Amino acid sequence: MSESVSAAEIAAARPVSSTQGLKEKITVRNLRFYYGDSLALKGIDLPLYDRKVTAFIGPSGCGKSTLLRVLNRMYDLYPGQRAEGEVLLDGNNILAPKQDVNILRSRVGMVFQKPTPFPMSIYDNIAFGIRLYEKVPKSELDDRIESSLRRAAIWDEVKNKLNASGLSLSGGQQQRLCIARTVAIRPEVILLDEPCSALDPISTAKIEELIDELKSDYTIAIVTHNMQQAARVSENTAFMYLGDLVEFGPTSKIFTSPTDSRTQDYITGRFG
Amino acid sequence: MTEHTVSAFDTELSSLRSTVVEMGGFAEKMVEDATRALVRRDPDLAQTIIAADIRLDNLQREVEERAILTIARRQPMAVDLREIVSAIRVAGDIERIGDLAKNIAKRTVAIGNQFQPPKIVVGVQHMSDLVQEQLKDVLDGYTQHDADVALAVWNRDGDIDALYTSLFRELLTYMMEDPRNIGFCTHLLFSAKNIERIGDHTTNIAETINYLVTGETLGPERPKADKSSFTTVDIAKS
Repeated sequence: MSESVSAAEIAAARPVSSTQGLKEKITVRNLRFYYGDSLALKGIDLPLYDRKVTAFIGPSGCGKSTLLRVLNRMYDLYPGQRAEGEVLLDGNNILAPKQDVNILRSRVGMVFQKPTPFPMSIYDNIAFGIRLYEKVPKSELDDRIESSLRRAAIWDEVKNKLNASGLSLSGGQQQRLCIARTVAIRPEVILLDEPCSALDPISTAKIEELIDELKSDYTIAIVTHNMQQAARVSENTAFMYLGDLVEFGPTSKIFTSPTDSRTQDYITGRFG
Repeated sequence: MTEHTVSAFDTELSSLRSTVVEMGGFAEKMVEDATRALVRRDPDLAQTIIAADIRLDNLQREVEERAILTIARRQPMAVDLREIVSAIRVAGDIERIGDLAKNIAKRTVAIGNQFQPPKIVVGVQHMSDLVQEQLKDVLDGYTQHDADVALAVWNRDGDIDALYTSLFRELLTYMMEDPRNIGFCTHLLFSAKNIERIGDHTTNIAETINYLVTGETLGPERPKADKSSFTTVDIAKS
C-alpha cells in the first residue's frame, strides 16, 4: 500500500550544480608551486567565476595565501620560488614568461592582511597607483580618487583631510584606503588576503559590505581564517589542506554538508 | 566522529541530544498510556496523562533555550549546525505528539463510560500500535543517527493513513445508524485523527533525521494514503 522512495531516487531528483553556465574568469590547472625544493601546492585545479566571490579556507600553511600570490605573480619578487602548470586569465596563461607582470597586477589587484598605506597623503596613496599605469589630467584624477574612496566606503570619513597622511587613519580606515587604492586602478580581479584579521567587528562589517558591493563589477578571491566570514561573503568556497585542494563547491553546501570528512572536521573545529 | 578541540562544545551537543531522547521516551509513554486509557475507559489514567504533559513542554523550552545559546556561543557549522537545528525541530515534533496524546486523554474523560463498539476500539488500538512502533523506530534512528531507519519509517506512514481512512468510514456509518452514537463517535474520530497526526509528526522526525545525517532534505513525494478528506458514505446504501 505504501510506495517506497529510495534515497537514490531522491538524490537523482535534485537540481544539478548551480555553477553551470558561469564564466570562468580565472582557471587554475594542475598548479604546482615550489618554495626552493619544497612543494607548497600539489597540483591545484580550480575555477574563479566571473563576478563571484570565492573564499579560500584551511589551516595555516595549507597553501591558500601561496595560491593567491600566484594569481598575480607576486612570487616573482622572490628568488627560488616558481610555479608550474597553468593559470588562465580570460584564457591566457599568466604564468607564461612573456606575460608582463605590471599589466597583470593592474588587472589583478591585491589587498594584504596588514593594511599597507604608503607613507604619503591619503590623496597620493590613491593617485600613486593610477599615475603608475595611466596619464590622467588633474580634474579626472580628482574624480577617480573620489569615486574610488566612495566605492571603498571611506569617502565621508576622509573627504575633509585628503592631505593628511594615510598612516594617520585607524586600522579599519587604512584597510579601506588600501582597497580604494586597488579599486582605483580598475582591476578585473581583486585578491584579498585575510583583509579583516586585524580589524574590529564594525570595520570588518564595513569591508564585508564593500565586498558585497564590489562583486557586481569584480571577480573576488578572499583568504580568511574566519569561517563565518567565508560563509557570509562568498558564493564558492575552496578548502585546502597540506597543499591540496580538498573540496571546492557552493558555499552553502560546504558549510552545511561538506562532502569530505577533512572539510567537515576543519569547519566544525575538530582539528587545526 | 572525532571530538571538538573545545570539549565543552561536545558536552553541550551531547546533553542537547540526550534531552531530546528523554523527551522522546516520555512522549512514547504518553501515547501508550493515552491509548490504554481510551480503550479501557480509564479516566484516572487519562487524568495523569493530562497532568504530565507540562513536563514535556518544559523540556522542549529547555532544548530551545540551550540550542539558541549554543548557536550564539559556538557559531556551529556543518554537522554541528544540523545537529542543533535537528534537536530544535525534533523537540518541537515530540512536544506536539505529547499535546495530541493529552487531547486523547481529555476525550477519554469526556466519553466516560459510554458503550463503544468493540470493532472500532480494536481499530483504534491497532492504529495506535502501529504509530507507537513507528515512534519507537524513529527515536532509535535519532539516537543512532541512522538515516535508513528513518527512511523506512517515512515510507511506512501510508499504512497508518489507510487504517485511519477505514476507521473514518466505519465511524460515519455508526453515526448514521443512530444519532445517540454521534457523541462518542465524534470523540473517537478525533482520537483516531490525533493518532494519525502523531504518525505525521513521526515522519517529520524521520525527515529531520535524514537531514541530520545526510544534509539532504527529503522531497515532497511522501507516500500518503489518508483519503478521509474525500470520503463520503451514501445513506441510501448503508
